[in-house]
Amino acid sequence: MTSSSARTWLLLGLALLTAAAAVGSLLLGSAPIALGRLAAVAAGHGDRIAKVILIDLRLPRMLLGLLVGAILGLSGAALQGYLRNPLAEPAVLGVSNGAGLGAVVALYFGLADLHPLMLPVLAIVGALASLGALHLLAGRSESPLTLVLAGIALASLATAGIALALNLSPNPFAAMEIMTWLLGSLDDRSFHHVWIALPCVLIGGALLLADGRALDALSLGEEGASTLGVNLKRVRLRLLLGTAIGVGGAVAVSGAIGFVGLIVPHLVRPFTDRSPSAVLLPSALGGAALLTLADIGVRVIPTTSELKLGVVTAFLGVPVFLTYLLKERRLW
Amino acid sequence: MVTIRAEALTVSLGDQPVLHGIDAQFEPGGMIGVIGPNGAGKSTLARALLGLAPTQSGSVTIDGVPVASMARGALARQVAYLPQGQTLHWPLSVERLVGLGRLPHLAPFSRLAPADAAAIERAMAKTDVTAFRTRAATELSGGERARVMLARALAVEAPALIADEPLAALDPGHQIEVMELLAAEARAGALIVVILHDLTMAARHCDRLLLLDRGRIAADGPPAAVLDERRLAEVYGIRAAIDLSGSKPLIVPLSRKP
Repeated sequence: MTSSSARTWLLLGLALLTAAAAVGSLLLGSAPIALGRLAAVAAGHGDRIAKVILIDLRLPRMLLGLLVGAILGLSGAALQGYLRNPLAEPAVLGVSNGAGLGAVVALYFGLADLHPLMLPVLAIVGALASLGALHLLAGRSESPLTLVLAGIALASLATAGIALALNLSPNPFAAMEIMTWLLGSLDDRSFHHVWIALPCVLIGGALLLADGRALDALSLGEEGASTLGVNLKRVRLRLLLGTAIGVGGAVAVSGAIGFVGLIVPHLVRPFTDRSPSAVLLPSALGGAALLTLADIGVRVIPTTSELKLGVVTAFLGVPVFLTYLLKERRLW
Repeated sequence: MVTIRAEALTVSLGDQPVLHGIDAQFEPGGMIGVIGPNGAGKSTLARALLGLAPTQSGSVTIDGVPVASMARGALARQVAYLPQGQTLHWPLSVERLVGLGRLPHLAPFSRLAPADAAAIERAMAKTDVTAFRTRAATELSGGERARVMLARALAVEAPALIADEPLAALDPGHQIEVMELLAAEARAGALIVVILHDLTMAARHCDRLLLLDRGRIAADGPPAAVLDERRLAEVYGIRAAIDLSGSKPLIVPLSRKP
């Protein structure tokens, strides 16, 4: 099988999986809905209850699962390619927590009430700040571990900032709310959240998909890429902005959901030629499918209060992270 | 065909001056070897010619155009580069890796054209790596990987190639093969600049040698004019048996200068 037809099959398979997850996300939940009722609502003549459940409750949740999952998977793949580091992903590098801190500041100081755009904008600013700091700390180093350590330091700093905000919170319930929100969830979201996430994910995604070829060239290191005609400054700018805007927008609506960007590229890479560009689009699809499936999981697993999505992805992701960390001597 | 020219080129890395006022012209038609002891500035010169090292003063021009003003893409189509000990960060297949050499020629979002595929085949055939085209380049032996990296640089099919120690990690047979290959490229009209440590190889295969010593050009000319006992003693601090009389020159380092 030639590599281009293998790629077509991979993308087709992932698209089908994503579509199945999306339909499943509409049908499954605390009140399962039969396919027939879904079809009726889609055709415009369903019963009122089904309409409310599907369109007001589950449709935004499903769309957010797809959008957030796609951008997390894509940014993980792009960061891994850019940093030549299979451990890179937004949460491990502290970007998600930076965005979380920005969002908490927006919520805690009441800025989010001033203008609806304040929440995503501050989350994006938080993500940019942590990426900038990461670049200063470890940008020159080609060692994966330096980068991961710098990311952990930044994530801890952002978490400390969040804790400080919670300490200062005048309202214990607000603190509780922020705490829960930070664990990451798609519960109880509306189209309002979809409209926040959608433009961020589209802009961030476009920026991240633009540089596949430069990421391939970076397989040969920064000088190797330069001598293959890559303008590293521009690539870096697009990648930092794309990650910050995409992940910032995603964190603003879903909290900090970690490890999707780590797991998904590793799952799809064996089905590609392993070049960074070949992993990008499959990681976006795979991320959308994985997060949507995980979100179905938290709804159907019978627990007294619904599991948090970020908790589930952490349980899935940490073993993958540790496996690769232990295999450090032969990285990829 | 291109000509690269360095004029009064001074380069510092950090606050350490590495090259002092280098004047040299690199013309196609014959292989140019750059030799000199460790730390003489050979690799820095190569990087400066490619616009990778920040120039303190002076300039590098390609056919009269300053390298500093050229877009990276245009420069990449003019000069290919094989760095020393090139690392590969992902386990790409040999074919895919060699194909990276075509990146400077691709328009945005286009696929490899048949002309690109042909260039990849040519480069793999020249370096004798076609047999393991589907293997992961990270799983090859050091010598095989060095040839694959050379194939990657040749696949650019740029009019100029700068190779930094392409013989490291190669067995004698493949060393000769690589030098003959580069010499053939030079005869075909390419500008080939190759950094070498092996003085016999340099004397046998290069048409011109540039001897660097502590950031300055100690000698520049045909091998017979550059390689003499006094100079090797001065620059390398060695005594050597030198026989440049026949068609197969021989330079054997014997001892450190007392």
